[in-house]
Amino acid sequence: MRVLRCADTGVLVEVADLAEVIALRAALEAEPVPGVTDVVPAARTLLLRIGPGTDPDMVAAAVTGLPLAPGGRRDFGETVTIPVFYDGEDLDDVAELTGLTRRELVEAHTGATWTVAFCGFAPGFGYMVGDDPRLHVPRRGEARTRVPAGSVALAGEFTGVYPRSSPGGWQLLGRTGARIWDLDREPPGLLRPGVRVRFTDAEAS
Amino acid sequence: MSTRTATRTAGPRTTAGPGDGPSARRRALEIVATGPMTTVQDAGRFGHADLGVGRSGAADTDSYALANRLLANPEGAAALETTLGGLRVRARGPVTVAVTGADTPLRVDGRGAATNTVLHLPDGAELAMGAPARGLRSYLGVRGGVDVPPVLGSRSTDVLAGLGPDLPAPGTLLPVGPAPTGFPNVDHAPTAPVGGPETVLRVVLGPREDWFTDAAVDTLLSSAYEVTPRSDRVGARLSGPVLDRARTGELPSEGMVAGALQVPPGGEPVLFLADHPVTGGYPVVAVVCAADLPRAAQARPGTRVRFTLRTRPSGPPTERQET
Repeated sequence: MRVLRCADTGVLVEVADLAEVIALRAALEAEPVPGVTDVVPAARTLLLRIGPGTDPDMVAAAVTGLPLAPGGRRDFGETVTIPVFYDGEDLDDVAELTGLTRRELVEAHTGATWTVAFCGFAPGFGYMVGDDPRLHVPRRGEARTRVPAGSVALAGEFTGVYPRSSPGGWQLLGRTGARIWDLDREPPGLLRPGVRVRFTDAEAS
Repeated sequence: MSTRTATRTAGPRTTAGPGDGPSARRRALEIVATGPMTTVQDAGRFGHADLGVGRSGAADTDSYALANRLLANPEGAAALETTLGGLRVRARGPVTVAVTGADTPLRVDGRGAATNTVLHLPDGAELAMGAPARGLRSYLGVRGGVDVPPVLGSRSTDVLAGLGPDLPAPGTLLPVGPAPTGFPNVDHAPTAPVGGPETVLRVVLGPREDWFTDAAVDTLLSSAYEVTPRSDRVGARLSGPVLDRARTGELPSEGMVAGALQVPPGGEPVLFLADHPVTGGYPVVAVVCAADLPRAAQARPGTRVRFTLRTRPSGPPTERQET
């Protein structure tokens, strides 16, 4: 664990991997650190935003005492199912990158269990990690200026669903009508850190 | 029953000033013109970062807070943030307002008025802001606050995330909330000048200064950068000497703070402001101290910005080896 500073506005905690991020996030939920206003988990880090007058050294000291061992808390909360029409523009490219057929690719994506590791990029955009390394693919060389809302995509070790239309550089597998972000719902985000996700083939059902 | 008792109950409030009368429920600010950019802002959106929702809120928190203090509003009452003036509003019902931040020439129904003062606008009066000679953002606070529905606990418009109230446009009626119980107790607040041709901002290096060469860090701390017109509430895009990286490769996306000096591959830093992205994948070489962020938010395009090291009062970052 390395604890880095963002002047007097935050403390950036760097850990070894996503499993430690998830473990530390759970530990911070169980034992909140005084003065921390927001926690921003990411792939290898957690940013703790701190309020005015909070001493970053105190926060850093409190964080270094927290357990990093995964498995202390395995209640991942709810599992959500997201039906997908696998007709994305990049399906053939991803099939080629992974060495799978289109059919095998869909089976791999629907067969994997995904967990939302963190949110970012846009409100409600959950970065989901799976358990099938065959699905790790690079981002597209050039980002699209507009990716439609509901697009289901892959990049790096993650899959994600675009909550609203936006620019994007991920590989598009398909689309879903699931309401990923809905301000009339509490909480508005369907894909919150810790939520487990299964994708289903909407064509097959 | 004495008059005193009556003022303490729901009866007529004989001591009420303009803006506090029984018509309070219907009061509004009607937007006549917005200038280049006007948004509704409050203290920001807290506690939703794990959903990918940023803080947003007034960019110059000091000037915003001053407007509310002048009006005896509770902290966090929503105000209008306007960029380079040009905002014109008409009072619908009597309202009490204050304009702070970049010093804009004010007119109420054509007559001159002063910033950083408490202004009573009778029903139908029009307040017009000219272009400020220096600084970038002015705040129009209203007694009772701009009472649009909050989104995730805040009335701030996050222009990057597309969250919060719609941008006001000519004809928009912004409801004004009920006046608070306290009354303004000063008419005028003396303030330091806002904005100017050059601003010096204190920074702390990191969290990713090790991604840059020593020469790049020296360059950052010894050069003048200029705020470019490609700047907005997301960030001030700076032009100046490029900052060379000491390493190649990609940084996994990580959480960002307001004040972060993020360095994209081009090498010219971006100074993140209120609507910055929640996470980012380019390294942050240094972060501007919280107390200097309001001045950063007042740096208009063309302003020269210099960065100086704030010596940390306490020890170095702690490290822990995992067993």
